Amino acid sequence: MGWIGETVDSIKSIKIRQLLTQAVTLGMIVTSALIIWKALMCVTGTESPVVVVLSGSMEPGFQRGDILFLTMTKEPIRTGEIVVFSVNGRDIPIVHRAIKVHERGNTGEVDVLTKGDNNEVDDIGLYEEGQIWLHRHHIMGRAVGFLPYVGWVTIIMTEKPIIKYILIGVLGLLVITSKD
Amino acid sequence: MHSFGYRANALLTFAVTALAFVCAISSFSDKFSNQNPSVEIQILNINRFKKQSHGNDEVSLTLDINADLQSLFTWNTKQVFVFVAAEYETPKNSLNQVSLWDAIIPAKEHAKFRIQVSNKYRFIDQGQNLRGKEFNLTLHWHVMPKTGKMFADKIVTSGYSLPDAYR
Repeated sequence: MGWIGETVDSIKSIKIRQLLTQAVTLGMIVTSALIIWKALMCVTGTESPVVVVLSGSMEPGFQRGDILFLTMTKEPIRTGEIVVFSVNGRDIPIVHRAIKVHERGNTGEVDVLTKGDNNEVDDIGLYEEGQIWLHRHHIMGRAVGFLPYVGWVTIIMTEKPIIKYILIGVLGLLVITSKD
Repeated sequence: MHSFGYRANALLTFAVTALAFVCAISSFSDKFSNQNPSVEIQILNINRFKKQSHGNDEVSLTLDINADLQSLFTWNTKQVFVFVAAEYETPKNSLNQVSLWDAIIPAKEHAKFRIQVSNKYRFIDQGQNLRGKEFNLTLHWHVMPKTGKMFADKIVTSGYSLPDAYR
C-alpha cells in the first residue's frame, strides 16, 4: 500500500507548498506597500506625507474626507501656507493656515499663529495651556496638493472598526481560497 | 478567468487608474493658464494706535482694497483664498507678517472687487516698534483646485507707514 501513502503525501505537500507560496506573496504585497510608504516619507521630508481631513474647519476648501499631500522643506514658514501641526496633549494633527509669522533675525526661529479658514477665532484655544505661538518643531508639513473624497475610506474604517475587521476577514478568505 | 470576481476586479482597477490619470492631467493643465492679477491697496484711516497694557503696540486701520483676480480662475479651480498681510522688519525680528484681512472667493464673478474694510485680525507687534514704521501691504492668494496641486503667489505693494506717535 506504498502508493496510497505516496499519493496522500503528495497531496499534503502540494497543499503546504501552495499555502507557503500564498503566504510569501501576501508578505511581499505588504512589504512593498510599506516600502512605498517609507519612500514617500523620505521624498517629502515629513512623517505623514498623506493625511485625511477630519473636521470642517477649512471648508469650503477642504471638506471632511479629502486627502492632503504634504511636504516639509527647509524653506521658512510664511503666512498663507497651510500647515499641519501637532500640539502636546493632542494626538490628532491639525491642518490650518498660518496667519501671523514673526521670524527672529539672529536665530531664524519663528513664532506662528494659525487659524482654520472656516473658524471664527484663531487657534490659540487649540494650543497647549499658556502657549500662544507655534514653533517650527510643532509643524510637521505643508499641504501642497489635494484629492477630494478619497479619504472617506479611512474615516469609515476608523469610526466603525467593525468594517475594518470585515474587510480584513474577506481579504484573508480570498487569499486562502484563490487557486493561484 | 471570466468569473464575476475577476471582471469586477479588472473594472475597478481600470476605473481607479483612469480617475487618477484624469486628476493628474487636470492639475497639470493649471500650469498653462495665463495669470495677471492686479491689486491696489490704500490705507483710508488709522483708527487706533496705542500700546497695550502688557506692552505690545497695536494698530487698527481701515483699508481700501481694489483687486482683479479673475485671471486666476481655471476650470480646475474650486476657490481662491485671498488675504492682505502687513510685512515689516523690527530690530529683533527679521520678518513680521501679520494677516489683516482675508476672504474666500468661490467663483470668477466675485474675483473683481473693491471693498473698504477694517482689519479683521488684530495688528499687534512683538514689542513697541511700530511708531513711524514703514511696511508693505502684500496681497497673497492661494488657489485651491478641484483636484491636484495648490499654488500660491503674491503682489507686494510698499510705501505705507504708520504715524510717529500714538493716537
